Amino acid sequence: MKFRINLFSIINGIALLMVVAATLYPFVHMLAVSLSSDSYVIQNTVSIWPKGFNLDMYKVVLEDSKIWAAYKNTIIYTFTGTLISLLITSTGAYALSRSDMALRKSLTMLIVVTMFFSGGMIPTFLVVRSLNLVDTVWGMVLPGAVSTWNLILMRTFFAGIPKELEESGRMDGLNDIGIFARIIVPLSKASFATIALFYAVSMWNNFLGPLLYLRSSELFPLQVLLRNMVLAGTSSSGDVTGIGGDNQIVEESLKYATIMVSTLPILAVYPFIQKYFVQGAMIGAVKG
Amino acid sequence: MGQANALPETTAGRNRERPQLRERVMKIWRRNKLLWLLFLPCLLYYLIFKYLPMFGLVITFKDYNLFKGIWASSWVGFKYYRMFLENPDFLLLMKNTFLLGLYRLVFGFPAPILLAILLNEVRKASFKRLVQTVSYLPHFISNVIVASMVIMFLSPTGGLINNLLGGLGIGPVNFMNEPGFFRIIYVLSEIWQHIGWETIIYLAALTAIDPQLYEAAEMDGAGRLRRIWHITLPGISPAIVITLILNIGQVLEIGFEKVFLMQNPAIYETADIISTYVYRVGMQQGNFSYGASIDLFMGVISLVFIYSANWISRRISETSLW
Repeated sequence: MKFRINLFSIINGIALLMVVAATLYPFVHMLAVSLSSDSYVIQNTVSIWPKGFNLDMYKVVLEDSKIWAAYKNTIIYTFTGTLISLLITSTGAYALSRSDMALRKSLTMLIVVTMFFSGGMIPTFLVVRSLNLVDTVWGMVLPGAVSTWNLILMRTFFAGIPKELEESGRMDGLNDIGIFARIIVPLSKASFATIALFYAVSMWNNFLGPLLYLRSSELFPLQVLLRNMVLAGTSSSGDVTGIGGDNQIVEESLKYATIMVSTLPILAVYPFIQKYFVQGAMIGAVKG
Repeated sequence: MGQANALPETTAGRNRERPQLRERVMKIWRRNKLLWLLFLPCLLYYLIFKYLPMFGLVITFKDYNLFKGIWASSWVGFKYYRMFLENPDFLLLMKNTFLLGLYRLVFGFPAPILLAILLNEVRKASFKRLVQTVSYLPHFISNVIVASMVIMFLSPTGGLINNLLGGLGIGPVNFMNEPGFFRIIYVLSEIWQHIGWETIIYLAALTAIDPQLYEAAEMDGAGRLRRIWHITLPGISPAIVITLILNIGQVLEIGFEKVFLMQNPAIYETADIISTYVYRVGMQQGNFSYGASIDLFMGVISLVFIYSANWISRRISETSLW
């Protein structure tokens, strides 16, 4: 009996370690290849540890002004977008969380319907276009400003705040906006952080938005630049060929370096902010 | 809602009714105006970016022309719907979309349940946390990067997978140009990306199981597998049912980004789905009316899907989304 239990634990442990390995291996491999010298990359001998360590690829990537411009665009879109999304979502969610607001049910219905039916890609594009938002920062930020899922999540957060606190605010002469700004917001810092992170990540990773609403390359965010460099195969600059003998292979480590450079921010902050995401998802899972 | 409907229907004399009604409306207005003001940006967002496009769907019955605008374009009735139904690619696109969604459901749905059960059996909290933290990570990696990784690892020249196969004497396979591989590659990449994150709903449900149940079962001599079968699975079955309904309802709603990034003309035979076709026809070729018609057609079918899934589930298990 004892033996069987241990056997189960061992198999279980091995299975889970394989999940960990399968998740991390691609990143480790890309990092190793991007840090290795060409000769080893050409021989395909690099696995998880760089051979012939050098930073040449990173020099090429970081000297490319297009990368920096795209980085800047992504940061601008992410920052502005998160701020606007948070503002619209939190105020809307608070109003919907108040059971004494007239028309609450109809307005909630109005929002939930959009989860099941939408106009689709083309009519939405035509609206964005007719508002002259194509090729502007606002075109990146506004069309996806509110995620219905996040709105409902936030409404659930707010609905959990004891009503007595609102009452005491009212006694102190605060109106509804005052109650929201002075009582609800300070009490919900953690939920604001969670929702802000959800918005920031989806903005940072957004590809469809810029694909549809951006035309000029100087406005492209990182994801579009990455796609053009890595998938469409147009390498970043002319000097790539000067580095190694076999273009195909060297391009590969260059591409890995580009991927690493653009993923690093998420990989670096992820361990620290992970718990906020999970909290948010938990509340969504339990109450949603 | 209640207050809005509570307006008096009976009349207590014409002269008295009018001021009374107005008074009530004013009262509701005074009591709600600030809350409504808080809600206003949100309302405007939904009206402009969600409802306006729904009215824009009128272009599916018109020959929409960018320069003429919606109103001046001429009516064509069901021309574009007929065009789609008569399109030789229609059946192929439907099949590709449906099969890709079905594969994702069949393989992608059980995977996180299995992982959650395995995680639940881990005694060491630190190891469990490590596995969780690591396995959630790919959920936050962009589709562009995941698609890039997939394509590069599978590349016939120097790709990781082909290097491994080469070591076994299997000579380079051009995975991304073989229509037969696309679905399995897509589904595997979906599992890799989301398996960890999707365990959260089950792990949340597992925390609600009384640990005494496990102790009692252990006392009765039940082994690990029996405990999983009789305690863990029943404990998470409501979560399983809800997720299953949601997933069945979303079979046809396949994320545009990753399929678009992973496909190429050589494998359209299996990799071209409705949303990527809509993008090509509507956005790239500028045939807005046709693209929007196809999109709406699929939207309606998708709606039928989620509605039926919910209806069936309410019938057989009393668990439903609404």
